Amino acid sequence: MALQEKYKELIAAAASQGITNLKMEEQGNVLHISGNAPTGAAKDALWEVYGKIDPNFSSGDLVLDIDAGAGLVEGAQLKVTTTASNLNIRKEASTDGEVVGKAKHGEIVTFVRKENDQWWVVKTKDGEEGYSFSTYLTPIG
Amino acid sequence: MKLSKILMGLLFFISVFAFSCKPKDADIMADAQKVLPAGTMVQVNDGVATLSGEFKDEASRKNAEETVSKVKGVKSVVNNATVMQATAPMQTGVASDDMLMKGAKDAAKDFPMVKAEVNGGIITLTGEINRASLPKLMMAINALNPKKIENKLTIK
Repeated sequence: MALQEKYKELIAAAASQGITNLKMEEQGNVLHISGNAPTGAAKDALWEVYGKIDPNFSSGDLVLDIDAGAGLVEGAQLKVTTTASNLNIRKEASTDGEVVGKAKHGEIVTFVRKENDQWWVVKTKDGEEGYSFSTYLTPIG
Repeated sequence: MKLSKILMGLLFFISVFAFSCKPKDADIMADAQKVLPAGTMVQVNDGVATLSGEFKDEASRKNAEETVSKVKGVKSVVNNATVMQATAPMQTGVASDDMLMKGAKDAAKDFPMVKAEVNGGIITLTGEINRASLPKLMMAINALNPKKIENKLTIK
């Protein structure tokens, strides 16, 4: 239970940010926290708390699997949150997939559907449609 | 003429033989089924018993084969039964190494200085990364829900 003590601020933040389907499990000295965030901002808030406790994310004692895309429906707005570069839109759900379009950093794209947790199908305002890596997409609203 | 008579006789003999065999197979089948656990089945054809279904382990699968072979009328046993796949003693939701490797490769793709390795559900990150990019990479790696993340990255 020492890990739950170490990450108690994070656990408290999960409750205050309205994380649903919250699960916590300690196994082999690793605390697994998973749940669904109502917004991308709620997920970012949790990661900020995590970054305060472990700035380099290098303790190896936590797996924080917070999904901000669980409640997404077709037509939802997503902000492209790459570090700086353009986001690739690909023909297949893999980085080996051919690039069929690009979305600029900060651009808003439309959610079409979820292939899996990592790859979502999105559509740009120019009508380009394909798979993008969900880490760089933040649901707004 | 003689040949056709022989053939007719032969046909008659075969049909009688086949008819007389059928109920016998059914009897053997009923006897064999009695000695088998639920979830498994036996079919008998000309005294050859074929087992199907799932056993909890290899020992009970072999044991059933042995038991059925001793049932009266069984000439041989074809064991087509399988063994149930043991549920891995892993935490629910933890992904396989193949899935993790594919996911980690996709996640690290934008960071050419980062190397990801997967072993036994543990993702190990080595190489270099900018501090600004670190949270994005970590979010993507954490979202794969590995057993553990060993972050050995040098942060610049």
